[in-house]
Amino acid sequence: MLRFVVRRLLLLVPILFGLSVLLFIWVRALPGGPAVALLGERATPEQIARIESLYGLDRPLYEQYFSFVRRAAQLDFGASIRTNQPVIDEIQRRFPATIELSVAAMIFAVGIGIPLGYFAARRYGTWLDNLSVSGSLLGITIPVFFLAFILKYIFAVKLGVLPTSGRQDVRLIVDHPTNFYVLDGLVTGNWNAAWDALQHLILPAIALGTIPLAIIVRITRASVLDVVHEDYVRTAEAKGLVKGTITRRHVLRNAMLPVATIIGLQTGLLLSGAILTETVFAFPGVGSFVFGAISFRDYAVLQGFILFIAVIYVLVNLVVDISYGLIDPRVRVR
Amino acid sequence: MSLSQAELAVERADSGEETGGSLLGEAWKRLRRNPVAIIGAVLILLFVLVAIFAPLLAPFSPTERVGQTTPTSIPGPTAEHLLGLDDLGRDELSRVIYGARQSLIVGVVSLILGATGGILLGLLAGAFGGWVDNLVMRIVDIMLSVPGLLFAIAVAAALGQSLTSVMIAIAVVNIPIFARLLRGQMLAQRDSDYALAARSLGVRHRDIVLKHVLPNSVSPVIVQGTLTLATAIIDAAALSFLGLGGADPSVPEWGRMLADTQRYLAVAPQLAVFPGLAIVFSALGFTLLGESLREAIDPKYRR
Repeated sequence: MLRFVVRRLLLLVPILFGLSVLLFIWVRALPGGPAVALLGERATPEQIARIESLYGLDRPLYEQYFSFVRRAAQLDFGASIRTNQPVIDEIQRRFPATIELSVAAMIFAVGIGIPLGYFAARRYGTWLDNLSVSGSLLGITIPVFFLAFILKYIFAVKLGVLPTSGRQDVRLIVDHPTNFYVLDGLVTGNWNAAWDALQHLILPAIALGTIPLAIIVRITRASVLDVVHEDYVRTAEAKGLVKGTITRRHVLRNAMLPVATIIGLQTGLLLSGAILTETVFAFPGVGSFVFGAISFRDYAVLQGFILFIAVIYVLVNLVVDISYGLIDPRVRVR
Repeated sequence: MSLSQAELAVERADSGEETGGSLLGEAWKRLRRNPVAIIGAVLILLFVLVAIFAPLLAPFSPTERVGQTTPTSIPGPTAEHLLGLDDLGRDELSRVIYGARQSLIVGVVSLILGATGGILLGLLAGAFGGWVDNLVMRIVDIMLSVPGLLFAIAVAAALGQSLTSVMIAIAVVNIPIFARLLRGQMLAQRDSDYALAARSLGVRHRDIVLKHVLPNSVSPVIVQGTLTLATAIIDAAALSFLGLGGADPSVPEWGRMLADTQRYLAVAPQLAVFPGLAIVFSALGFTLLGESLREAIDPKYRR
């Protein structure tokens, strides 16, 4: 197991190296060159000169690359043109919101997806099966932002049962020890605030969670259909095991392996889906900040976020792989 | 029937490689009997026809004001304007119709670019193996380590605001997907019995790869190509929604139309619904056909 983990960690080295080279080239390919791109078009010659000497843009490329990596390793991604704040501060402030939203979306997707996929497979060919298959096809083709619009219109604008935007009612006065608003409400004993934050999460979480939901339903269904035809399930049935025991010990345990991988992969992908969802619901996470950065051509912010999100994505996949090795010993020896 | 027949012919012509007739012939028979495939093909055909004949079908100009609107009153569907007017007084139906053009162009061009790039890389890795394979696959790993939409955003932002940037951005995101798929297929085929048989008969490596391994590896690539058209349409709409679409804001793009009507959601929700449905139906067409194609070609998916 240790060898497997070490080998998997070593695979990270070329990926992180490649990623940093890619991003390094990207900043240099931006319109107007790196200094203008990072400072904005209204930058004065003095500012440009300062950035050029700070980033060593007059020195050889490999030196520039090393200083870029050094700064990135120290989490120094420069400052936003728009707010003049260091990009890393903005990430720290906004990331909890996106994590909270992603967790809510994943709870929605897993909580509905696994039971739905399981029952669709057990009732193969019935209306429930057909409905879940066609529903999941629709789920992967409906654009996140369109679904977000529909939900917002029906439940927030028309029916008025849920809030249209933001993370918390501005009239509430709440302490934020963790910056996870639902948790903050619970920790400080402010049930009202927790309930309010939860209400703000519902629509964005459904919009963001629908693609993972559709994929989890499909994978669970396919995987359960595979497993119920395995010899060991037939053997278990033949030796007279109770149906519930077969389901728990033989079907579900084996069918959940591919589902676990998909859940991990989808968790990483939520980060890019969050850009669209957070924009529609004006949810103050990293996603809506990326949207702002795109419209302002705030490349320093984009650079920081791309690196940040990519590293998170790579790490999530690493955790998925390693936990997969823990669950399924066959993976380790591959 | 003849509609979907034409569709498959287009599919085959698009992917542009020769395949053993019998395998595809069999698949074609199964496909024709699948109602899901027919629905998908009809949706695609509708979408393609609307895109091609947009100037004939659109009752008004998509870019000119044809009626009066204010931010608080945007007329909905009437007999003259079947889908109503947009926030700037333009005919919504004509804009949705012209939007199909942008989607189709972006989808097809980015698929061709992305699939070509991916197939070349995959071919390189699958045919040569060894360090070439290792190098190509590490590059693919790196490209896949950035979530697709974010990658497309980065590329489109660097290339500047234009439809070409959108196409290149989406194509680049698809390159590693096709490369990994084709390479995996070729590796699986290379170790198959018939490749071994050919090798033991003394057939040259190049001929084994080109005449046996490659033709037998393309079916999943065709399936992926069809599904990629769906994601390309959705991704293009997402980029355009985020303000990274074409340079001219008056040219109708479904994603941007949705973004522009955000402010009027309470007054004129129909303005979000029509372009949204257009995206869903065109993407659904390619998804349905792609899924049925996969079922028809790959026995694993049949039960």
